[in-house]
Amino acid sequence: MKKIFYIFYKDFSSELRMRFALNALIMFVVVAVSTILFSLGSESVAPNVYAGMFWVVVFFSAMSGLSRVFVSEEERGTTLILSLIANPVTVFLGKFLFNLVLIFFINSVIALLYMFLFQEFLIQNWNSFLLAYVLGNFGISASSTIIAAIISKANVKGTLYPVLAFPVLLPLILMLIEITKSAMEGNPISDVEAELLVLISYDVVMITASILVFDIIWRD
Amino acid sequence: MKNFWKFLLFVLMTIVIIGTFVPPIVQYPKSFFEFPLIPGLEDKARIIFFHVPTAWLTVLAYLLAMFYGIRYLKRKDMYDDIKSVSAAALGFVFCILATVTGSVWAKFTWGSFWHWDPRETSIFILLLIYGAYFALRSALDSEEKRARLSAIYSIIAFLTTPFFIFIMPRLMIGLHPGSLEIDPATGQVRASSNPVIKFEMAANMRVVFFLSLIAFTILFFWFWNLAHRILKLEHVSQKEI
Repeated sequence: MKKIFYIFYKDFSSELRMRFALNALIMFVVVAVSTILFSLGSESVAPNVYAGMFWVVVFFSAMSGLSRVFVSEEERGTTLILSLIANPVTVFLGKFLFNLVLIFFINSVIALLYMFLFQEFLIQNWNSFLLAYVLGNFGISASSTIIAAIISKANVKGTLYPVLAFPVLLPLILMLIEITKSAMEGNPISDVEAELLVLISYDVVMITASILVFDIIWRD
Repeated sequence: MKNFWKFLLFVLMTIVIIGTFVPPIVQYPKSFFEFPLIPGLEDKARIIFFHVPTAWLTVLAYLLAMFYGIRYLKRKDMYDDIKSVSAAALGFVFCILATVTGSVWAKFTWGSFWHWDPRETSIFILLLIYGAYFALRSALDSEEKRARLSAIYSIIAFLTTPFFIFIMPRLMIGLHPGSLEIDPATGQVRASSNPVIKFEMAANMRVVFFLSLIAFTILFFWFWNLAHRILKLEHVSQKEI
């Protein structure tokens, strides 16, 4: 348990020390959101389009930021040392925790930007939105950590990552868009009960399966 | 006896092709060799004998690819990986065929090539998974690593299929059999009552349908057998050089 935290802390402090990745990620979010702003101009779009576009930006910023946990280890050549000092489950959970914190931070930035910049992006039912937000972050973090582990062994890491992650993340993203739409329309939380249950089951399935197969990826 | 399966395949395929195109479609079928008329489908109903088997083989091929992938992870036998990749390659071909036959059918019965009906979404996802699988394979140099990581990816990607096959069609409105629909009178979402959507098939059509499933499955296994034997020979000859 302590080791998980140490691995998380190692990544966290090295990220804080040289904030390339974080700065680049924030700039990526700003650029993506302003692209949407420019493409919309002064037109007003139906509210549920914003729900879709919100998660599109979340997906692509996750795709540009979350693969670093394993890719950077591979680039620095520290994979072997890491596999000597900790067992695979610990490594996976430490990286998962780091990605979770990162995606929570980035998604909050995106959500705040959306609320400032788009008047139509008004959440009326905060309970269901926040629940979906938390569960969605867990799911995105779990899937992207395991795909990052696969991708770190491949040759073309950057382009392959969204290709591999998209089919895996799609059920999650579709459910999140449905819930966000319903939250923006102000429907009660009981309307999206089934979708929330799907999110929970997705998170449980992905985290469990990732822990089970990570061992095989990690040991060369 | 050696050619038993090929002979059986020939007989079944002949029956399926004749059974698909020859029987007339009439309002009130009297003999066994006439298909009932389904309102809204008419002659277009015949494509079901090719569309459903291709979709079924897409899924079967994926399961085989995953099964042999897991077997590779257990036994580290390169021949298992060869079987896995040849099943995936064939599955990809059948996936394209299922998409094309489905979208042609959709054009002439529902009005446009693509509707984002839950089943269409799931075949599209399967197409993406197959594409990602081959993209991943081509990005890995070492043979052992390629076999291992692609097997793991097939497992991870398979975990999402229950959401598409069992959950989404029940949450979303669709056009395929077993989907929800909107009640025109009240505007409420309800279980489907349409004969096409409720999947009630006449007995004689059912015979052709299941024969077609069997015939295409035999065809698939024949293809697969040839494909993995060819790949194995290539593998062996590369080692010798």
